[in-house]
Amino acid sequence: MCLAIPGKIIEIINQLDDTFRDGKVSFGGINKQVNLRMVPEANVGDYVLVHVGVAISVVDEEEAQKVFSYLKEMGEVDELKS
Amino acid sequence: MPQPEKIALQCPMPKFDFDMITMGHGSGGLLTHRLLQSGVFDILKNDLLDQQHDGASFHLNGNVAFSTDSYVISPVFFPGGNIGDLAVNGTVNDLAMCGAQAQYLSLAFIIEEGLLMEEFWRILVSIKEAATRANVKIVTGDTKVVEKGKGDKIFVNTSGIGFIHENASIHHRNITSGDKIIVSGNIATHGMAIMSVRQGLEFESDIKTDSTNLNHTVMKLLDEFGYGIKFLRDPTRGGVASVLNEIAELTQLGYHLDQKLIPVDERVDSACEMLGLDPLYVANEGIFMAVVSAAVAGQFVEALRNDPNGSNASVIGQVSELQPGKVTMRSRIGGTCIVSYLTGEQLPRIC
Amino acid sequence: MKYLSEYRDPELVEDFLREIHRITTKPWTLMEICGGQTHSLVKNGILEMLPKKINMVHGPGCPVCVTSVSVIDEAVHLAFRPKTILCSFGDMLRVPGSSKSLLEAKAEGADVRILYSPLEAVQLAKDNPDKQVVFFAVGFETTAPANALSVIQAHHLQLKNYSILASHVLVPPAMEAILGDHENRIDAFLAAGHVCTIMGMEEYYPIAEKYQCPIVVTGFEPVDLLQGILMAVQQLEAGTYKLENQYSRSVQRAGNRMAMETIHEVFSISDRAWRGLGNIPQSGYEVNDRYKNFNARLKFNLNLRAAEENKDCISGQIMKGLKKPRQCPNFGTRCVPEHPLGAPMVSSEGACAAYYHYSNASVNEPIEG
Repeated sequence: MCLAIPGKIIEIINQLDDTFRDGKVSFGGINKQVNLRMVPEANVGDYVLVHVGVAISVVDEEEAQKVFSYLKEMGEVDELKS
Repeated sequence: MPQPEKIALQCPMPKFDFDMITMGHGSGGLLTHRLLQSGVFDILKNDLLDQQHDGASFHLNGNVAFSTDSYVISPVFFPGGNIGDLAVNGTVNDLAMCGAQAQYLSLAFIIEEGLLMEEFWRILVSIKEAATRANVKIVTGDTKVVEKGKGDKIFVNTSGIGFIHENASIHHRNITSGDKIIVSGNIATHGMAIMSVRQGLEFESDIKTDSTNLNHTVMKLLDEFGYGIKFLRDPTRGGVASVLNEIAELTQLGYHLDQKLIPVDERVDSACEMLGLDPLYVANEGIFMAVVSAAVAGQFVEALRNDPNGSNASVIGQVSELQPGKVTMRSRIGGTCIVSYLTGEQLPRIC
Repeated sequence: MKYLSEYRDPELVEDFLREIHRITTKPWTLMEICGGQTHSLVKNGILEMLPKKINMVHGPGCPVCVTSVSVIDEAVHLAFRPKTILCSFGDMLRVPGSSKSLLEAKAEGADVRILYSPLEAVQLAKDNPDKQVVFFAVGFETTAPANALSVIQAHHLQLKNYSILASHVLVPPAMEAILGDHENRIDAFLAAGHVCTIMGMEEYYPIAEKYQCPIVVTGFEPVDLLQGILMAVQQLEAGTYKLENQYSRSVQRAGNRMAMETIHEVFSISDRAWRGLGNIPQSGYEVNDRYKNFNARLKFNLNLRAAEENKDCISGQIMKGLKKPRQCPNFGTRCVPEHPLGAPMVSSEGACAAYYHYSNASVNEPIEG
């Protein structure tokens, strides 16, 4: 739960130690320094979900698109069944 | 009357033999005299102020509006402005919301000792610039200094007098069902500019306060639309939602907004999303809300869009007899919700 | 904003709604767990757009609402400690304790600061070595990694003046408490998308199985919520009770391994008192032994008397979905956001406050049968 919004990593600020691995994340034109420890696989250009200053996941682009084709695919499945 | 262009004043700070304000400067003695003479009076000079009486004397002929406001904003300097221009614009705008062209302002400071002269000077320069843009004279004032810890750097009060436009008939009792609700520009900008530098919540952005004087814009609209303008208000603290709730309660009519018509700058919107704030409740300083008759609403918006202060003007809703006393909003996806009164300060949320 | 605006598309919303209306033949009661989901449903006006047969009830998914009065009292007590900075998320400030809220404490001179992130509290501790900085670490599992990380960072920096007052609550025990209640009428759950982003989905399979209750892990935007509702109703109409994932762009079955490791580094599972639901065993996180120096309760020897909940507040019944806010005799009269009887009216995510602020009178009333 809780408010987490998607932003794009535009810079990785330091990688001295993963406890303090930060990124500069852009949310539609505003930037915030965000901790990236929980998303070690994330790189510049990736979109991450950020909750209270910490990235909690990398947005999966392929899965993100599935929502838009869900109904259409369901319709096709129903057609096949009938 | 055409709005003066922004004046970049070459106003170098005079040489003071002190670099910060102390209790002595408020005591009324020599230090006060020096501060005022080689600082405040010089930069704000005009024929009334130069007389240096306890109060300004002048003749008034006509219907007059009188307004006051105090400014306690922190931080004192914020992206795009400071407490000085805020204080001038704020009272000039309050008068404009009464349909009045500001003429004379009073200016009072309560300064916490330790304020740097450099900072005080920057504020004075901003006050001068804002007063020149608004074409208003500062004719009387006061300076007090309080001990460290008893203030918050500087508090400012401005009171203003202005002549009411002959075409103005601005009162919530004029609002009727069918009237349109209009905002003159993007909402929530000022509040988010402040938020961006607020300790604990700060973020990096280009968002600057929208604080500006709206009097010339409003006078032009009154020239053209007169009685078609039923109501004006600048939605400062509490935002658009608070103003609407207030008049909904007073008029016992329903105020219905359409979310997709409400103009918000993209960066401001993103900042609100990040902090979990609703733009409808965030403070504004450089826009106004108008309730106008349906017959003139279209032309009113067009006239505003041709004005530098109104390029994002938009009809955002309308008044009806449905749900009297309430403010409602049709969401982007087509559902409806109530837009209620803010309970205290809007707080950023995590869930 | 990318990955946000697309899920607010009005046409897609209409398509999902049409499909939900088409397939719903019987009355069903669905619970969304998360306060953020409640907020989105009410604010977007989705509740009235659903078929009348679908009864949405709002679960205990607002960590602010379920924080017990005693914990607020602990926070207020710490805030009044000399040379102490009590830092908190904004939502917590207005929640009433036994005698006052943090906001009232602030007005009386306590140094209470609103922060966006617990990591900023660590910075504050670094910048103020002469003060004790306590972070009020509230939240569900979603917030636990950030709160835990703040302790790990403070440990790395060898800070002696940082600690957290932990009040974490866990979703699966709450769901079991609701489903196990003999008055339970929930047919399906929309599980919390961001909690599951952290914790994954494993804990929910046994719940779906044991209570034969479909669970759909759902996001927060209108399209997410409607797809989640559709998936739940499809199952109900078909008589299945599987665990499904609507929020797959963020949630993976295994969750976020690094985040879970971070949580377990600092926290251990403990019993927890939930405001409105009572004591639920093994339903919270407390700072573990390894990091006991960062546990504000131990550090400051907190031993406050357990506080009484306001007897007139029916938040427990609301959070179990047994009553709607408007059915509370005090709703909108004795209990309003300015003077709330309990937390669901204070926090903007609480069901009562959401209804009070946003809901039209014509909201779905409970369907009997």
